[in-house]
Amino acid sequence: MLSFLGSRLLQSVFVLLVASCVTFTLVFLLPADPARMVAGPSASVATVQSIRHEMGLDRPFVAQYGTYLGRLAHLDLGRSYKQGSTVRSLLSSRILPTVQLMLGAIALELLIGVPLGIWAAVRRGGWPDTVVMGLAFLGAAAPQFWLALSLVYLLAYRFALFPLGGYGGLSHLFLPALTLGIGGAGWYARMMRSQLLEVLSQDYVRTARAKGQTPRLVLLRHALRNAALPIVTMIGLDIGTFMGGVVVVESVFGWPGLGRLVWDAIRVVDIPVIVGVVIFSAFVITLANLLADLVQPLVDPRVRYR
Amino acid sequence: MNRTLKSAALLSALALGGTLAAPARGGSMVVSYKDDVTTLDPAIGYDLQNWPIEKMVFDGLLDYKVGSTTLEPRLATGMPTVSADGRTYTFTLRPGVKFQNGREVVASDVVYTLTRVLDPKTKSPGQSFYMGIVGAQAFTTGKAKTVTGLKTTGKYGVTITLTAPNAAFLNVMAMNFAFVVPREEVAKYGADFGHHPVGTGPFRLTGWPSGQQLVFERNPAYFYQNLPYLDRVTVKVGLDPSVAFLSLTRGEVDLLGDGIPPAQFLQVIRDPKYKANILQRTNVNTSYLSLNTGIGPLKDVRVRQAINMAINKTKVLRLINGRGVIANTYLPPLMPGYDKAATGYRYDPAAAKALLKQAGYEKGFDTTLYTTSTDPNPRIAQSLQQDLAAVGIRASIKSQAQSTVAEAAGTPGTAPMVWSGGMAWTQDYPDPSDFYWPILSCRSAVQGGWNWPFTCDKALDAAADRADQMVKPAQATARLNAYAAIFAKLNAQAVWVPVYHEVRYMMRSDRLVGGLNELQDPIHNIVYERLSVKP
Repeated sequence: MLSFLGSRLLQSVFVLLVASCVTFTLVFLLPADPARMVAGPSASVATVQSIRHEMGLDRPFVAQYGTYLGRLAHLDLGRSYKQGSTVRSLLSSRILPTVQLMLGAIALELLIGVPLGIWAAVRRGGWPDTVVMGLAFLGAAAPQFWLALSLVYLLAYRFALFPLGGYGGLSHLFLPALTLGIGGAGWYARMMRSQLLEVLSQDYVRTARAKGQTPRLVLLRHALRNAALPIVTMIGLDIGTFMGGVVVVESVFGWPGLGRLVWDAIRVVDIPVIVGVVIFSAFVITLANLLADLVQPLVDPRVRYR
Repeated sequence: MNRTLKSAALLSALALGGTLAAPARGGSMVVSYKDDVTTLDPAIGYDLQNWPIEKMVFDGLLDYKVGSTTLEPRLATGMPTVSADGRTYTFTLRPGVKFQNGREVVASDVVYTLTRVLDPKTKSPGQSFYMGIVGAQAFTTGKAKTVTGLKTTGKYGVTITLTAPNAAFLNVMAMNFAFVVPREEVAKYGADFGHHPVGTGPFRLTGWPSGQQLVFERNPAYFYQNLPYLDRVTVKVGLDPSVAFLSLTRGEVDLLGDGIPPAQFLQVIRDPKYKANILQRTNVNTSYLSLNTGIGPLKDVRVRQAINMAINKTKVLRLINGRGVIANTYLPPLMPGYDKAATGYRYDPAAAKALLKQAGYEKGFDTTLYTTSTDPNPRIAQSLQQDLAAVGIRASIKSQAQSTVAEAAGTPGTAPMVWSGGMAWTQDYPDPSDFYWPILSCRSAVQGGWNWPFTCDKALDAAADRADQMVKPAQATARLNAYAAIFAKLNAQAVWVPVYHEVRYMMRSDRLVGGLNELQDPIHNIVYERLSVKP
């Protein structure tokens, strides 16, 4: 297991390096001058040049990236061009809300998607199956922006069950997490259904039934555990999906997370913040996948660390 | 001091609708914005959202009378004395004014503040406004350690000497960049000063959880003792405009910082129950189609004039739900020097076609129109595209991110036409020079500049220079006439199609008290120190 962990950690460092290099290059190639964005429209050309020099943007790409990597080795992600604060402090102030949002979304997609998937599988071909699969399709296909505004209007404005937006306790978390989770719940329901149907056709399930176990016991004791295996992997992958989805959801609900931070940074070409968030997101995604790989053998003894 | 207090109270009462009933003191309000506030450092923050918020914490030597474009002293005891040659300004600071850290403001703070804006290390977007001070050039290029044109005379006296007379200099001194900051606090927080602002203003920042809200509390030591009226202002950030609107109707927000969301605009302004909550005023800005005078057929003035005749501005206004007034000239109506008699080019596609034929483009030509990709700009660009097609000009639309469009527009020979939506020119200060030098002069017709038509008429530059040297009050009218002539000539050269001046709609809650002067101030937009809530 240790060698597995070691090789995966090495892979992770490589992934982070690639992520930083690709992002840095893309932002560098962007046809927009960060110094001009900082300087604003009324600045003279001389002012823009002096700002460019202060920001080190007049140096060659390799020198800029080299300096960046050197700082990164000391966990220094630089300073925001626009806000002046360190990227590290900006990230640290935004991590918790995004983590809360993701955990909330994962909890809701599991709570909604898994039972619905089981119900559809057990009632295969019946109306519950048709309804659940229809809803799953809609949930997965609904645009997040529309979904978010619809939930706000219905549940927060018309029925005043939740706050209209902002950051706070569980009541504030519910709607953004639900928006993010509904799409995932659709996927989980579909996957749970197909997995369960496959498992239910296995020999060991037939054996269990032949032994006279009740359908409920067969489902709970034998089928579910095996059908749930891919879910562990999917949660790991979900983290990556969420990192993209949080931009929209955080913007609608005024949730102060990483999505909004990077969105604002992109608008003003704030390179240190953009690269910082990408590297951090890559780190989180790599970590989540690693954890999923570590957990899998615990759930399924047939899976080995390799 | 007592007299000052009385006159300030009277002024504020008059500003609030001409009644002498004093606004209630105390209470709090919430204003919402979609975007985060980036910084409250007055040397750095440079956008329409930051400026009124910065003004809560800071003051400058000069300011404008609320709701007007007339300068008045603020941290200075009176308007400065000006030397006979019009180059040296002497200010006297109001004694006893304290920073929010308890220290008294003295003359060296003003010198420090302006030197800091000029210092390249500060990376201030305002640097160029102050380059006319003697010694600024040597200082910014590292040849001098101080700015020789900035001097203190005693504890409260400051003299500023310019390389040449500049009639707009006092406007420049009233800009946010010149808001006075304490050296020790800047030294303490360094680049983070913008998140720990300390000034002399009516409020002080007491909380700023990143990405959530900024909380400002009354400054008990504020030098206008009867101001501000409110105890607390909360600036909520990150709220989608539609959600913010719903919050306002539920009483959770008092003012929509971004205005009425476009999706609800018509429904809201037609609803009689919101009539008292909505305020509107024409903004001091111009949205225009820029025509690059250095590219292909657009080099020919007749082609540019034809394009001016081809554009149906009324149709564009419909696309923005009528939130604008048609622009007949480059300057907006509230800008001093605005020519009320200007009629601009009339919408006449037939005349445009005839002019194109005369210029040798009977069959039209192909060109490119750049626009930012945020709504409604791509739709407006399509409308312009249709108008151009009607006279034979085939424009393909390039819809890109704002920063990319700005870069292309500021690169010579790249962008033939640019729709300015999202980057429309809004005044930095109320003087026509701010609509000439940064966007239409030879010095801004350079790579990375904001002169997108790349127009350069040295005679106009010389005329603007002469106008700027008319610093005596008696010359004020002649100066504005000189600028009106400059813009008339630019209009004849048709380097822009001025399309509309934005009308800004603000929406406030039932409890928030503030009229056009406080909520639609031509300089600061929102004057928080004059707002109050019903008891």
